[in-house]
Amino acid sequence: MDLQIAILLGQDGITTGAIYALLALALVLVFAVTRVIFIPQGEFVAFGALSLAALQTGNAPATLWLLLACGACVAVLDGRTALARNDGRKLVAVLAANLGYPLLLAALLFAFSPANLPVLVQVALTLAIVVPLGPMLYRLAYQPIAEASVLILLIVSVALHVMMVGLGLLFFGAEGVRTPPFSDARFEFGSILINGQQIWVVLVSALLIVALYLFFDRTIYGKALRATAINRNGARLMGFSPVFAGKLTFLLAALIGVLSGVLIAPVTTIYYDTGFLIGLKGFVAAIIGGLASYPLAAAGALLVGFLESFSSFWASAYKEVIVFTLIIPVLLWQSLNRHHVDEEE
Amino acid sequence: MRQTDSRPLVAPLPAPSMTLDGRFRCFTPRQVLAAFLVLIAVVPLVLPEFYVTLLNYIGLYAMVALGLVLLTGVGGLTSFGQAAFVGLGAYTTAVLTTSTDLPGWLAWAGGSPWLALGVGLLITALVALLVGSLTLRLSGHFLPLGTIAWGISLYFLFGTMDILGGHTGMSGIPPISIFGWQLDEGHEIYYLIWIFLLAAALTTQNLLDSREGRAIRALKGGMVMAEAMGVNTSRSRMIIFVIAALHAAASGWLYAHMQRFVNPTPFGVHIGIEYLFMAVVGGAGQVWGAIVGAGAITIMKQWLQDVLPAVLGATGNFEVIVFGLLMVLILHRARDGIWPWLARLVPVRGNQIEIDHAAAALPRREMPTRGEVILEARNVTRRFGGLVANNDMSLHVEAGEILALIGPNGAGKSTMFNQLSGVDTPTSGEVLFRGKSIAGHESREIAHLGMSRTFQHVKLLPKMSVLENVAIGAHLRGNRGVIPSAWRLDRAEEARLLAEAARQIERVGLGSHMHDEAGSLALGQQRILEIARALASDPCLLLLDEPAAGLRLKEKQTLGDLLRKLRAEGMAILLVEHDMDFVMGLVDRVVVMEFGQKIAEGLPEDVQKNPAVLEAYLGGVE
Repeated sequence: MDLQIAILLGQDGITTGAIYALLALALVLVFAVTRVIFIPQGEFVAFGALSLAALQTGNAPATLWLLLACGACVAVLDGRTALARNDGRKLVAVLAANLGYPLLLAALLFAFSPANLPVLVQVALTLAIVVPLGPMLYRLAYQPIAEASVLILLIVSVALHVMMVGLGLLFFGAEGVRTPPFSDARFEFGSILINGQQIWVVLVSALLIVALYLFFDRTIYGKALRATAINRNGARLMGFSPVFAGKLTFLLAALIGVLSGVLIAPVTTIYYDTGFLIGLKGFVAAIIGGLASYPLAAAGALLVGFLESFSSFWASAYKEVIVFTLIIPVLLWQSLNRHHVDEEE
Repeated sequence: MRQTDSRPLVAPLPAPSMTLDGRFRCFTPRQVLAAFLVLIAVVPLVLPEFYVTLLNYIGLYAMVALGLVLLTGVGGLTSFGQAAFVGLGAYTTAVLTTSTDLPGWLAWAGGSPWLALGVGLLITALVALLVGSLTLRLSGHFLPLGTIAWGISLYFLFGTMDILGGHTGMSGIPPISIFGWQLDEGHEIYYLIWIFLLAAALTTQNLLDSREGRAIRALKGGMVMAEAMGVNTSRSRMIIFVIAALHAAASGWLYAHMQRFVNPTPFGVHIGIEYLFMAVVGGAGQVWGAIVGAGAITIMKQWLQDVLPAVLGATGNFEVIVFGLLMVLILHRARDGIWPWLARLVPVRGNQIEIDHAAAALPRREMPTRGEVILEARNVTRRFGGLVANNDMSLHVEAGEILALIGPNGAGKSTMFNQLSGVDTPTSGEVLFRGKSIAGHESREIAHLGMSRTFQHVKLLPKMSVLENVAIGAHLRGNRGVIPSAWRLDRAEEARLLAEAARQIERVGLGSHMHDEAGSLALGQQRILEIARALASDPCLLLLDEPAAGLRLKEKQTLGDLLRKLRAEGMAILLVEHDMDFVMGLVDRVVVMEFGQKIAEGLPEDVQKNPAVLEAYLGGVE
């Protein structure tokens, strides 16, 4: 290996590492606030990329139907509660958010042919379609059992994951997609060539991380989420609804997932089941951070990215084995740091 | 939704018949089992080959699900990686029985499926021990994540190693033969599969009903208690992890010889997830739930794979959509799966555990001589950050006396109790039990030395009977392990353990509740149960954390009498208590704490007159 190749692999490592970092942050966030280990995070990556590709071919992505269906379920569940409480305003809000919004979106998509819109508008449409699925999933799958043990929540996550992979195959077929890059720019620094999409990935990831930092550090909602992560009952007593916290967290997680998918779709081919492995690598990173520390998780993500790109050069067949075995020494280190027997929930 | 369209296999048992007086006759478990065995035996004689094949798969899957019942349902450890262990069993036998150029040191194992089974189980046990020692100590959710990770790793290894045939797999695996009889037809291997499965199910059931089994059943929600009773919970976790892996490997071995061909696909993480679904759908805590769950999922999968592509107009594994939805609904609505619902259809007489009162008494510990200092705390300080919960505390307890540790709320009594019982480690100072420092030792080691305790917040296993809860206390007085338990070679010792537990229950006055669920007792009775459990360990020091809380006057008097009797036998007792009437009439000496420090020590009547104590309890209202 010469320097040239090392730099190339390093670039790859940073690009994928940036995506893993985003996913790791989302996973840590979701776990901290809701105790849900969010395995379907990866499906949001795949759904994002595949929905964007569908829009670019001029079709309404099938995720729109999923949004309509989930919205209808939520509308029935929450609408019934609102009716029982005779809360007219709440009913209107529930119907508008869960039925009105998806229908409006569907109308928009059929009114304007999405294939001819600028890329950034297509991305915005993708976000508008897929991201609301996050809080809806929370409402339907997790909220009824929000107090259950981590293990039960995890099994629900896995169930959702297999369900969404199945839906992904149904919606998008077995073919993979690769979307055109956001920009065709290429930059040369001496002998180093950097393409525009890599810069997009790294910049957007960095921006998103800074935005998340500001959100958690400066805004009242961010602080409330942090408070919920530390003490759920305490936050509830201070008037911050855990249901709202859950929905907000899942909104952020879905946003991060879909953005990641949109960003890497031009770099790598995305299939309906690609999300699982991508999401799991985010997990390896999050576990390196002990599912608790954001900076450690981000550092872990870069490590996973580098490990993946360099091992694909040296031992490409064993790439996945190497990445997933990395988790073992990390777990070992964490297990050696624990002494007393703890009660599990 | 939990009533699926599938007809679980054990359903067609004879319906309950009416006896003359019009009441339902109950079947004994033995009758039900016999009916099930007959059913299993005749099925291949009457059903067409297609159904036999289906039943073969159900048997294979149920064996893996059975391991998960033990691991997840009973032990509370979740694994998504069982399919990889199935793969280990399958690939080991595939390599050993087809390879023509085995290395010299392995050549002895080549060619014979039965030797390959032994080697496969051995390799699986080693891998499980390795993986388990890396991940089992971690808190709940890291294990399942770890299992996903190594499940994927092993899957990719199967697919990339040339010796394993890569993604195309390995063919030409010979059929199993028994005494020259080749099992190369579906209905022939059927019997082998179901014999394996039934042996696994029965040994698992035996294991759960034993000393080791009680330790395993305590893993879910009772680990702190079990450790305090001397159970090595890490060991118990490892045991069920290895057993589950071995069940999976045996299933893989059978699978390889049934298919005569292996490739990596059936050993991926998604199949591992399906195995977990089977265990949860069937009823994750029930041995027979594994068979029901495997049957339900397998039949449903078969049916959905026929129906869904036609409905949806596309081909693919769409059944997972239904499975996922079903799982979410089951976890929302019926977390115990379909077994409990099914079990209600066939009235089976509950089999009460029999107590053999004639069983020889267990050997007893040599008690220290009266007046010997048993427990001594020297200058114990415990800080939590800036908070000093215990400051320079010293106290001692002698054999044959009752010492009370009292103090207002927040005085640091519970923290002190934790230091004395080894649950927590002092920041400085030391705690000596029978002359040995116990700081930093596991609570099960301390239990071994003869200290036993109760908990301020009652810790018992609510679904287990009073008898079995108390028997956990006697854990260290038995030594029969997993294999004798699985094959019922432990019955003599088990009878002695249960007789001892029964004796202690009678002694504390709970004899009429012997077979009730512990969770059904009133709080006061549960506290008494904890004392019986502690006594079952034959301690020389009893630590009681607020034993009188929640007791009625009569019960308090009975408890007081019991403690006096124990004292007369030479037992040392330390109790933390709020109830002054109870304490003052009972104990020999009192230590009073306030703000983490000892403010008085002495005879009850002296302490009651001590101005510092009066100030702490009555004065100083701010």
